[in-house]
Amino acid sequence: MKSAGPASVKAAMVLLFNERSAYRGEKNQDQEMDIKRDYYEDIQLLDSKVLWFWFLMLIAALITFPFVASNYYIYMANYMAINVLVTVGLNILVGYTGQISLGHAGFFAIGAFFTVLLMGKLSFPFLVALVISGILAALFGFILGLPALRLEGPYLAIATLGFGMAITQVIGRWELFGGRMGIQAPPLKLFGFYPITTDRGLYFIIVTITLLLTWAARNLMKTKIGRAFIAIRDSDIAAQTMGVNLTYYKTLAFAISAFYAGIAGGLMAFMLGFINPSSFNFILSIYFLAFVIVGGVGTIFGSIMGGMVMTWLILMLDKVQDLTYIGDILMTISERWMSVTGIHNVSSIILGLIIVLIVVFEPLGLYGFWIRTKIYWKAWPF
Amino acid sequence: MFLQLIVSGISIGSIYALVALAMVIIYKTSEVPNFAQGEMAMLSTFVAFMLLASFGQPFVISFAGALVFAVVLGVFLEFVFLRRAKDPNVLSLILITLGFEMMIYGVASWKWGAEQQSFPFPVSDFDIVNLGPAVVSYLNIVTLLVTLFLMFILFLFFRYTKVGIAMKATQQNMLAARINGIRANRILSITWGMSSLIGAVAGMMLAPIATLDPNLMLDPLLKGFASAVLGGMTTLVGSALGGYILGIIETLFGGYISLQFKSIVAFLIIVLVLCFKPSGLFAKHYVRRV
Repeated sequence: MKSAGPASVKAAMVLLFNERSAYRGEKNQDQEMDIKRDYYEDIQLLDSKVLWFWFLMLIAALITFPFVASNYYIYMANYMAINVLVTVGLNILVGYTGQISLGHAGFFAIGAFFTVLLMGKLSFPFLVALVISGILAALFGFILGLPALRLEGPYLAIATLGFGMAITQVIGRWELFGGRMGIQAPPLKLFGFYPITTDRGLYFIIVTITLLLTWAARNLMKTKIGRAFIAIRDSDIAAQTMGVNLTYYKTLAFAISAFYAGIAGGLMAFMLGFINPSSFNFILSIYFLAFVIVGGVGTIFGSIMGGMVMTWLILMLDKVQDLTYIGDILMTISERWMSVTGIHNVSSIILGLIIVLIVVFEPLGLYGFWIRTKIYWKAWPF
Repeated sequence: MFLQLIVSGISIGSIYALVALAMVIIYKTSEVPNFAQGEMAMLSTFVAFMLLASFGQPFVISFAGALVFAVVLGVFLEFVFLRRAKDPNVLSLILITLGFEMMIYGVASWKWGAEQQSFPFPVSDFDIVNLGPAVVSYLNIVTLLVTLFLMFILFLFFRYTKVGIAMKATQQNMLAARINGIRANRILSITWGMSSLIGAVAGMMLAPIATLDPNLMLDPLLKGFASAVLGGMTTLVGSALGGYILGIIETLFGGYISLQFKSIVAFLIIVLVLCFKPSGLFAKHYVRRV
């Protein structure tokens, strides 16, 4: 068999499997020790049989989940998976490369609108349209990455904030994108003939894509590129002195991150069925950043936790008046001092408070909490 | 036409200049851009509105009450949350202000809903003065005068008062300022109070032109940032001038090129300025120590 595939396929294989898996021949004999003895052991994704076991269990659980859960929970799982995807992408930028972005809702919108347009107006197949939109978002990410070369901290935050707001406004004013009213997502057909109409069908697409891309991100962080990102985060000048090409890697980080957001946006369009520009606002960008912070800056596992927990929280708080006890108390407060129609804005207050408290008291987020719990129980009762 | 556009540009530029001033005051002392600036101003404006409409107070008392509220709000946020941050870096400080932004937005939308109110103001936007071919409303004139007055006061404050000089010292080197007996924490609180006050003035000047709802300051916030970046984040006068320049450029763009895409001018200016002269037009180039 000829193995001369296109370079992109090879790159994808490297991402999804492992960097130089051929070198893994000589393994260590004793697996009981937690010590990593050589480099190629360090870059392995699942380094023990126990991890493999749990990984397979996770896959099995994910496959059985839609058949036992009710429709609402499948919807919730879709929402979670999409947010996890954005969070992982944003964490590559914020957590690993140390750049800030307040404009990720912009990339999210680009992904959503272009997927729908490519399918609706040019009748592209779904997966092709999704990937093209992702790449388009990545292109915008690359462009936004260019000013980022000269900026840091606050200035970058302002530039990305402006980008996010500008994208939403341009889309909102442009008739092609449906203007203020938004556009309807076309019916979804996988591989051209397999129609997907239910949340359950969508679940498999969304979760598969999220799983693959999360896996890719985890692997990416163990390659040269990932190490370059981390070096830039720790000190960009030192990284440059060590031979890391700042121009290349900073724009790459923006492009990769935007790609993730774009793909997630494309999926979101089909989950909601209808998109309008006003939902991709500045607040959404803050939400994305909040997912990263709550989960834990600079960890993939933290992103997964952050995306899931925060999505759950957002969905819960959307119907805050229906919660037991808390809902009643809030209703009373609303009637007496506030307004009853605006009670769903409580979610905004609580999420804001969570961001502030996490940053002030637990800068590592849920991941830090998880690590401390793990260490505590490992050594228990000592 | 051209003169009219310039005049409207200057009058909207005054609002941007005020927001930019508020931003720069905080940025100068703590090197953190305050993303909650707009929402703080919005909440203070709502307080003025509440005093006027629900409690039937006269304008003077309502506006004074709102300004007092603004100062208290700024000091409160700094004292209760920002000061507690352990080992803060720029990213975490930005995040804290984003958290404030969401909290305040939530409170305002909860209390006043998303419905749009019209903000009563003693000076009307409809009484106009003819300035040659252009017309100016009384409100525009008042806005301009208030902005210039505040800029003058701020200039005097930073130049001649002890607190103002202490603020400059804190910005240049917090440790050295502490050694010299400046209570840096207290200075930061005062900074937040002042900034919040100026923001509140901007909000109350803007509310009669726009409609009062929780999104009131979302757009001016970005414009304020753009002005501050344009003029230089470290100079007060520069950032105010940036506000006027932005206002004029924006209205000219809206008048001659495209009214639809007027709102991306701010973003383009941010990107262009940051690409070619990151320190802004009127500030000295900043040098970073490794």
